[in-house]
Amino acid sequence: MDIEAIRADFPILKRRVHDLPLVYLDSAATSQKPQCVIQAEVDFYSHHNAAANRGAHVLAEEATEAHEGARAILADFVGAKPDEIIFTRSATDSINMVATAFANATMYAQQGLPVDARFVLNPGDSIVVTELEHHANLVPWQELCKKTGAQLRWVTVSRDGSLQIETLESLVDSRTKLVAWTHVSNLLGHQIDHRPFVAAAQRVGALTLLDACQSVPHMSVAVPELGVDFMVWSAHKMLGPTGLGFLWGTRQALAAMPVVETGGSMIAQVTMESSTYLEAPAKFEPGVPAMAQTVAAGVAARYLMTLGMAHVESHVRQLSAYAAARLGSIPGVTVLTSADGDPVSAVSFMVDGIHPHDVGQLLDSRGIAVRVGHHCAWPLIKALGVPATVRASFSVYSTHDEIDQLVDAVIACQSFFSRALSHRGA
Amino acid sequence: MQGMVEMMSIEQMYQDIILDYYANPVAKGLREPYQVEVHHVNTSCGDDITVRLAVQGGALKELSWDGVGCSISMSSMSMLAEAVAEKDLATFDTALAEFTRLMHGKGVVVPDELILGDAVAFAGVAKFAARVKCALLGWKAVEDAVTRIKGSTDD
Ligand SMILES: Cc1ncc(COP(=O)(O)O)c(C=O)c1O
Repeated sequence: MDIEAIRADFPILKRRVHDLPLVYLDSAATSQKPQCVIQAEVDFYSHHNAAANRGAHVLAEEATEAHEGARAILADFVGAKPDEIIFTRSATDSINMVATAFANATMYAQQGLPVDARFVLNPGDSIVVTELEHHANLVPWQELCKKTGAQLRWVTVSRDGSLQIETLESLVDSRTKLVAWTHVSNLLGHQIDHRPFVAAAQRVGALTLLDACQSVPHMSVAVPELGVDFMVWSAHKMLGPTGLGFLWGTRQALAAMPVVETGGSMIAQVTMESSTYLEAPAKFEPGVPAMAQTVAAGVAARYLMTLGMAHVESHVRQLSAYAAARLGSIPGVTVLTSADGDPVSAVSFMVDGIHPHDVGQLLDSRGIAVRVGHHCAWPLIKALGVPATVRASFSVYSTHDEIDQLVDAVIACQSFFSRALSHRGA
Repeated sequence: MQGMVEMMSIEQMYQDIILDYYANPVAKGLREPYQVEVHHVNTSCGDDITVRLAVQGGALKELSWDGVGCSISMSSMSMLAEAVAEKDLATFDTALAEFTRLMHGKGVVVPDELILGDAVAFAGVAKFAARVKCALLGWKAVEDAVTRIKGSTDD
């Protein structure tokens, strides 16, 4: 990959902050967007804007074609069929939709209405997650348990950042209805082997949900091969627009899943008494969709596929390895990794004696953007026994030179604080 | 030149005196006796503070704290402890109001040194919106502790 050519595609990378060139190392929070993605929204609004999937005029047809075309590209991107891709507001929204579907099914069952028993939660049933989940893949399940009396269980994380995966065998039992876990950790950055989770869930007939927010942007993910029932991710982390997420489900799972939000465009027939619904994806997409965003997301997926996901993955893995090695060689810097695997595209670290927030501030003063704090994975932070971390994360446009600048800035940060702290008190 | 601008702004925030208090905290380490204990966290970054306080004869007594956080939140707590310990509640209220005014002043408010003491050093921090919460963490915790004590003695 020609990184300089790629960088030229991202207008924001020409920006200066504090009068210095921007060094953007926060792509795990949200990635930057290439001009073609930005332009796709402009073009849609400038030339094709109309409500997709309704209307009998040229613009409506064009809008529908562009919108459904984007669905086909996104499906292709993850090796799926277009009708298995549901457009949502975000990955968070996608997870909440599945959680709400469980809650709805449970209420329907209580009223004797026909529902697929796999979505029904009774007191004593369980949902299994891991301790390293992003809050988005934890809190909705906590709430669902509260509503239904089901029990939340989790695979714990050891101090070395590894999952105690052998406990899955006893955690997942005949009362388990759902197993949900993340594909790539947003904090430790490593990839998690999906196979033990899928095997444990299949053994008992539980549904499975994979949080692929940090994997799909950086590696080739062929979702049908994973054996999961649902997968979620966000457009804004894969060079795409904000405000758009995805829920992929197998046809069987989407057919069995009760409707969540209801309204126009998702109905088959409506009378004053009741309605019937279309099949997925329309079943889960009421209202006029976020068309400019779906179209732009399609362009983002194309952009990544043109680069080649194998190249993207090897680029970010190289950067992560380089960052981990260089940061780790600075005395007083600890790189947090998982014994379960090397980081894909994000590296967390801590600087002895300097709080991550202060490190982040010093880095910002040099134009370097990183994330500091608990990274929406508070339980994992506690399990690792650290107060917070600094996280540098990478994307297609990140360079070794940026990591060198990060390393220099971390060293400068150590000297800034040691100077400031040592010449008094002493 | 650019380097100068950069160091000036970062040093505006990390005033020597702020780092001084960070290195040499005041009233740190939870102590007995106390009337209330409050626990506050900065939900965006995980900074965490526990404050113990007693009020006797209308004055703040036995103020002690412990916590984990950045230099801004920790030094702010120390300066606060130094500024208001043994002072009456009205003095605390005035200081809280002045400190809050300063921190919400986007860096253009000139603080009253008579009221805030060393805490005027936080004027530079007020320019960094993301750090205002850090500076206010301890103040909010003590305010909460005072409110609880007042509430329990009013009825
Ligand atoms: C692993 C993981 N899951 C879920 C999310 C939530 O994504 P969003 O905020 O786009 O809904 C994130 C975003 O930080 C993430 O990193």
